[in-house]
Amino acid sequence: MLLDLGRHAAFIWLSYAAALMLVVGLIAWVELDRRRQRRLLAELEARGVRRRSEKHGARPAADRRKA
Amino acid sequence: MLKLANPTRFMEYSGPLLRWLSVGAAVLFAVGLYMVFVTSPEDYQQGQTVKIMYIHVPAAWLAMMGYSMIAISSIGSLVWRHPLADVSAKAAAPIGAAFTALALITGSLWGKPMWGTYWQWDARMTSVLVLLFLYLGLIAIWNAIEEQSRAGRAAAILGLVGFVNVPIIKFSVDWWNTLHQGSSVMRLDGPTIHPDLLWPLLVMAVAFTLLFLALHLAAMRNEILRRRVESLRMNEVASAASGAAEVAE
Repeated sequence: MLLDLGRHAAFIWLSYAAALMLVVGLIAWVELDRRRQRRLLAELEARGVRRRSEKHGARPAADRRKA
Repeated sequence: MLKLANPTRFMEYSGPLLRWLSVGAAVLFAVGLYMVFVTSPEDYQQGQTVKIMYIHVPAAWLAMMGYSMIAISSIGSLVWRHPLADVSAKAAAPIGAAFTALALITGSLWGKPMWGTYWQWDARMTSVLVLLFLYLGLIAIWNAIEEQSRAGRAAAILGLVGFVNVPIIKFSVDWWNTLHQGSSVMRLDGPTIHPDLLWPLLVMAVAFTLLFLALHLAAMRNEILRRRVESLRMNEVASAASGAAEVAE
């Protein structure tokens, strides 16, 4: 029968729960970090801070990249 | 490849690749989980606990693959001093550590009903635990040393030295008498698993691999952004200092 995992079902479910927690945790880690770095970069650029390579007429990074 | 080996180019090309990897992983996880929970049979010895293998085996493979990626990046970092090599090694460490922990946790959860114990100090399990400590050591180095180039060199040395543990993990079941069973998929004479169990395992393994690569790419992109932020902050401080010096004159 579907999802009748027998007498060791608890071990199987715990394993899949651990995997789910790991996947969700890693995705949340990279996504939250991405948002934080984008926010910090936008704040610096809003204050007029530029990379050395952008000071002589090059477009700022915010214009070149996609959100 | 040379065009890609530049942080700005990398940010441009890795965005679409990241989306494709994410979609591929999601589709393969859906197919793989359907095969695992609906179509795949019980194992004649393990019963339904064989389903734990569909997580445990890919996690263990990726734990070793992650460290191998770090070792290759470490060569790029030490020999060519390439900034993307540092970024790659730093981004891979937490992901590799998480997959190593998953391999250890699921192995323990499989071991209790099958072997009667959560843990044995046998060569395979102990060497994988050492791998987790190596990952944690790399993460500690990156966090402890503020100057990124110095941290990169120290981490690259540990990354290369620690790589000796990867073949030890792989061949531990052949070199020593272990409780852990020998290889049944990656063998010179071909897999010894029945195709009904092998196919779900391979689909889950590819799904986890695409997920690992997507996470690695995303973490690399974040690391590049973090270095840009640091660079801009330094420029801001330098501009403020030169402005103050001009006023003083």
